[in-house]
Amino acid sequence: MTDASALGMWGVPLAILGGAIRVSTPFLFVSLGECLTERSGRINLGLEGTLVIGAMTGYAMSYHSGSPFIGVASAALAGLVFGLIHGWLCSFRHVNDIAVGISMMIVGLGLAFYFGKPYIQPTAPRLPSISFGWWSDIPQVQAALQVNVLFIAGAVLAFLMAWMFRNTRIGLTVRVVGDSTDAARTLGIRPTRVRVLATAVGGAFAGVGGSYLSLYYPGSWSEGIASGQGLMAVALVIFARWNPINCFWAALLFGGAGAIGPALQSVGITQGYYLFYAAPYVLTLGILVATSSTERAMTGAPGEMSITK
Amino acid sequence: MKKILVSPFSRRSFLKTTGALVATTAMPFGMRSALAAGKLTVGFVYVGAKDDYGYNQAHAEGAAAVKAMEGVTVIEEENVAESVDVINTMESMINFDGAALLFPTSFGYYDPYVKETAPKYADVRFQHCGGLWKEGDPSNAGSYFGYIGMGQYLNGVVAGHMTKSKKIGFVAAKPIPQVLNNINSFLLGARSVDPEITCQVIFTGNWSLPVKEAEATNALADQGADVITCHVDGPKVVVETAAARGCYVCGYHVDQSTLAPEKYLTGAEWNWPSVYTDFVKKALAGEPIDNFVRGGLTEGFIKMSPLGPSVTEAAAKQFEAVKAEIMKGGFAAIKGPLKDNKGNVVATAGQAFPETDIALESMDYLVEGVIGSTN
Repeated sequence: MTDASALGMWGVPLAILGGAIRVSTPFLFVSLGECLTERSGRINLGLEGTLVIGAMTGYAMSYHSGSPFIGVASAALAGLVFGLIHGWLCSFRHVNDIAVGISMMIVGLGLAFYFGKPYIQPTAPRLPSISFGWWSDIPQVQAALQVNVLFIAGAVLAFLMAWMFRNTRIGLTVRVVGDSTDAARTLGIRPTRVRVLATAVGGAFAGVGGSYLSLYYPGSWSEGIASGQGLMAVALVIFARWNPINCFWAALLFGGAGAIGPALQSVGITQGYYLFYAAPYVLTLGILVATSSTERAMTGAPGEMSITK
Repeated sequence: MKKILVSPFSRRSFLKTTGALVATTAMPFGMRSALAAGKLTVGFVYVGAKDDYGYNQAHAEGAAAVKAMEGVTVIEEENVAESVDVINTMESMINFDGAALLFPTSFGYYDPYVKETAPKYADVRFQHCGGLWKEGDPSNAGSYFGYIGMGQYLNGVVAGHMTKSKKIGFVAAKPIPQVLNNINSFLLGARSVDPEITCQVIFTGNWSLPVKEAEATNALADQGADVITCHVDGPKVVVETAAARGCYVCGYHVDQSTLAPEKYLTGAEWNWPSVYTDFVKKALAGEPIDNFVRGGLTEGFIKMSPLGPSVTEAAAKQFEAVKAEIMKGGFAAIKGPLKDNKGNVVATAGQAFPETDIALESMDYLVEGVIGSTN
């Protein structure tokens, strides 16, 4: 075994890598869910609430059933229901999806806190992880490469979704609905139904993201469990230009950037840690500015979305 | 999130009538006249959830003890931010529930919120946890706290015996005096065993940020810290993450041994049930409560978790010896010659700051051997 403290500055890139793997999963699932919803032409701002409901439901069901996977499935179901409600409410004429989203977020937080009270104390079974660090004899590397099954599932899902949008009938349907309601109607597609389903499935993804928070990392249910990941993920989708594979990279980037603050402090760079903690957000601003265009509207933005119309 | 919203209109009209009442029934110690009947409504305000395995749970255990007392009604509100929210909460407890004794339990409630609200309700007693009541502050306000730094010193003594890497870690929320005192005490306790030991501190920036706390714990483990403690509101995440990384853990606020039975060494705990029942007994009897109350191990304000199964005999022996020393009173963790980690002299040779020294409550430095910065 190598002397642990000899790791020194190497701890920083390692922490960023480890952080990217540990912290990115909720970002990934919520942004994939939001990507699907937005591709169908709606915005669901309520995913922060769905994330917290997912975290609570996942933890509670894992505790009662003894199986973390039942927890994840329940979290997905809870997210699905939240997505359905959002989708259904937005199907009415003149209902604004952003307003509904904000209400759903607050309702979600309130319900999760209310029903989650009895689960703050107990310890529930956690999700397993797979060790990819077997080749190294450095414990820090082994720890950083403990990869959770949900992270792998999320990565696969991102590529699958990208393939789906490009190559399948379902993907085409969602894209048509998102780009032009009239064109969709001409093709005999019922736009509202597609949007409700896309919002529901998007909610289910966000629920799974929440269950990762409570069942793996940081791995317990508390009322402060989500600190805006759900909201940031909505921004991530725009940042990723509505492309699921970009969502994956953006989530990794966010996770890694979030690890910079603690990692720098741990190697003795301690001045101004508040600034390091702002790194992910500064990064977002920077990239958005760098990729912005004065000539075109947002590239890749679905035409029917209320913010781009 | 569970705020009771008080409409300003009704509050204002209510104030007028109570204001008139105050003028006629004000008691010398700031306690409502309803006391005469031997009945008292006590309000507890928490900054987080009251079952957080931490700071708020410690207070809620105190509140539960008060609830069991004869003639006392307890009202509680959780998740009240350190903002104007706490004024609304306190005013609604006073005006709608008739609370005559309030325990706003979070550090940030005192200045300016308690200080602003207390003069408006002369017949209500505001007992604030952690604040530094000074001459000139409202006379119906008071502050109490415990010398929990001594508990962290004892944590450090055990940590000093148990660390193999000679590096211990501290996950801290904000660099306020109480937190800095805990960090310094933890290291100085460990250094009393082995002066080579260093303590790495990571600030997360706020009281309850589970993901950052987990990241900070991982970063400490990555840098070779093998005994970790913390000062955040809910230590559950830190305790579980550290144990999962194979580190030993010292607890804080309440006993967290069930979360990491093998890795838990000991912990610095609050003992609020004894403190709160004392305050309420005094209030019921119409006796005055001091404006400035402090206490440590001796006074039953704090206690230590039972030593865990991994603690070695040598560690246990020194732990008990130092604890007995502290119980005698006047123990000083900060004593000269001592420098801070920037090289400035904190205490000259022969100079000592015993636990009771008020100067410790405005601490703004990290001692030599702590790797970290206060800003």
